[in-house]
Amino acid sequence: MGERTVVLGVIGADVHAVGLRVLDYVLRNAGFDVVNIGVLSSQEDFIKAAIESGARAILVSSLYGHAELDCKGFKEKLKEAGLEDIILYIGGNLGVGQKDWNEVEKKFKDLGFHRVYPPKTSPEDVVRDLKKDLGLE
Amino acid sequence: MKALIFDIGSTFTKGVAYDLEKGEIIGKAKYPSTVSEDVNIGLSKVIEDIKAQTGYRIEEFEIKRATSSAAGGLKIIAIGLVPDLTAEAAKKAALSAGGKVLKVYSYELTSLDLEEILFLKPDIIILSGGTDGGNRYYPLVNAQKLSTLPLNIPFIYAGNKDLRDRIEKIFRENNKEIYITENVMPEYGVININEVQKLIREIFLRNIIHAKGLDKVKKIIDGVVMPTPLAVLKGLEAFSEMYGESILVDVGGATTDVCSVAEGAPTQSGVVWKGLKDPIVKRTVEGDLGVRVSAVSLLEAVGERELEKLANDLKINPKERAYFLSKNTNFIPEKDEDIYFDAILSYYAVKISVERHVGHLEVIYTPMGTLYFQYGKDLRGVKKLLLTGGPLIYNPHKKTILKGAIYSKDEPFVLKPISPEVFIDKEYILFSIGVISEISKEKAKKLIERYMKRMEAWEWS
Repeated sequence: MGERTVVLGVIGADVHAVGLRVLDYVLRNAGFDVVNIGVLSSQEDFIKAAIESGARAILVSSLYGHAELDCKGFKEKLKEAGLEDIILYIGGNLGVGQKDWNEVEKKFKDLGFHRVYPPKTSPEDVVRDLKKDLGLE
Repeated sequence: MKALIFDIGSTFTKGVAYDLEKGEIIGKAKYPSTVSEDVNIGLSKVIEDIKAQTGYRIEEFEIKRATSSAAGGLKIIAIGLVPDLTAEAAKKAALSAGGKVLKVYSYELTSLDLEEILFLKPDIIILSGGTDGGNRYYPLVNAQKLSTLPLNIPFIYAGNKDLRDRIEKIFRENNKEIYITENVMPEYGVININEVQKLIREIFLRNIIHAKGLDKVKKIIDGVVMPTPLAVLKGLEAFSEMYGESILVDVGGATTDVCSVAEGAPTQSGVVWKGLKDPIVKRTVEGDLGVRVSAVSLLEAVGERELEKLANDLKINPKERAYFLSKNTNFIPEKDEDIYFDAILSYYAVKISVERHVGHLEVIYTPMGTLYFQYGKDLRGVKKLLLTGGPLIYNPHKKTILKGAIYSKDEPFVLKPISPEVFIDKEYILFSIGVISEISKEKAKKLIERYMKRMEAWEWS
């Protein structure tokens, strides 16, 4: 672990585990060290796991439509914890009831996420972006 | 085969003599401890007394071993990174090795922390932090700071394995004794304390006994083989091998210990197990809960409203009474009301210490319905409860005291055992059974069968 360590989990009161499994599998195969903290994870769970594991990126998954609420204040807490430079992604079902993806993307970028993925994103896209953002290629 | 097992405590040196073939106690004695002068004075007095009772000289006992909690016990400071991850894992390792955890530190040590560490005078310091391959900053910077302290004690490093070589070098360059072992949390959320525990015991045998002047006992007996709390824990392990998953509560004057041998996995559906998992053999020690030295802090933990109720019921001032007991630690109650007040104190010590030991549930409302988070062990299904400690063993109001350890519908999310069978260590010998269990499991079990007395339901329910 170290250079290629990422923390992965489903935030909030969300129990959707399948997407997380797929992502875990693909990331491991791509050579990442994955700390999968599972479903029902709080902001604090992500932060604690990232500190102990020395992770360079946090990948947040959310499917049940409350992502915006669950992620409010996350970036601020990361700054408090000394993780202001960590790479932050989010993906899943983020814009329930909203048609315009650009609006959704902007909303989450304003919350501090570096990359925001719509539904049906291929995991390979995430791997490619992650390697680029972490300077691994 | 005859065995004579001693417990060299801070106040008393006790001895229990056994005929192991018959599986029975043949003598018991105690004498005030003389550790500060010469430990062997007290030990010899106990041996004389045992000889008067049994007719056997010390040479006639094939096994003569001691445990010790003298000179403040095995004092350990645990240092980790995140408070409820590696710091908690390091603390659990220290407790399960029979140590007394003076304090736990997390993140980077400050100069104030370092001053405090010097002041606390630990016997061992455990440094952890980071998963394997994880955080590199904190273990290194804390190692650097610790290695410059004017402390001539053993250090244990049980953190991120990638840093082992560098940490070892840092301590060695400063002429410190450093031991390297497996990480207490090699992966996120995975606790790994067996190797640290073994190492702590080795260091206890090799260094600490000598440092406390306890190796002198070798002139008379085989030696001090483990810290007393570890012996008690081993006694409970042998007990649970016979009877299944068990909980032990040990009420004392200064502290109350709770140990469990149980997995504690969720027992109902819709429960998600969160946080760092507890070890199967888990020990917690509450330094603020006791019926003499800690009586005042015990009442502080009880809370004002309950105290008022208590004052009205008993027609006394509980706080004044507790203060008196904390100043008169050798007080032995004789009047009915004093005996009853001791039972009330023991009840609270049991209630609060078991509460802190067992896991709890938290309700989570999700769009998919209600779920529960479980933190720690669910011990509701544990069927055996073993009680020890003077205030418990010798008090007639066992029913009152016991209630504290049992699940209550008033606090449905505190996962205490619901309907355990209750056993009492009526001869106060569990520590010695722990020592014997390392020599012969079978002989230890014979003693457990005979001396851990099952309480009939009518006696307490």
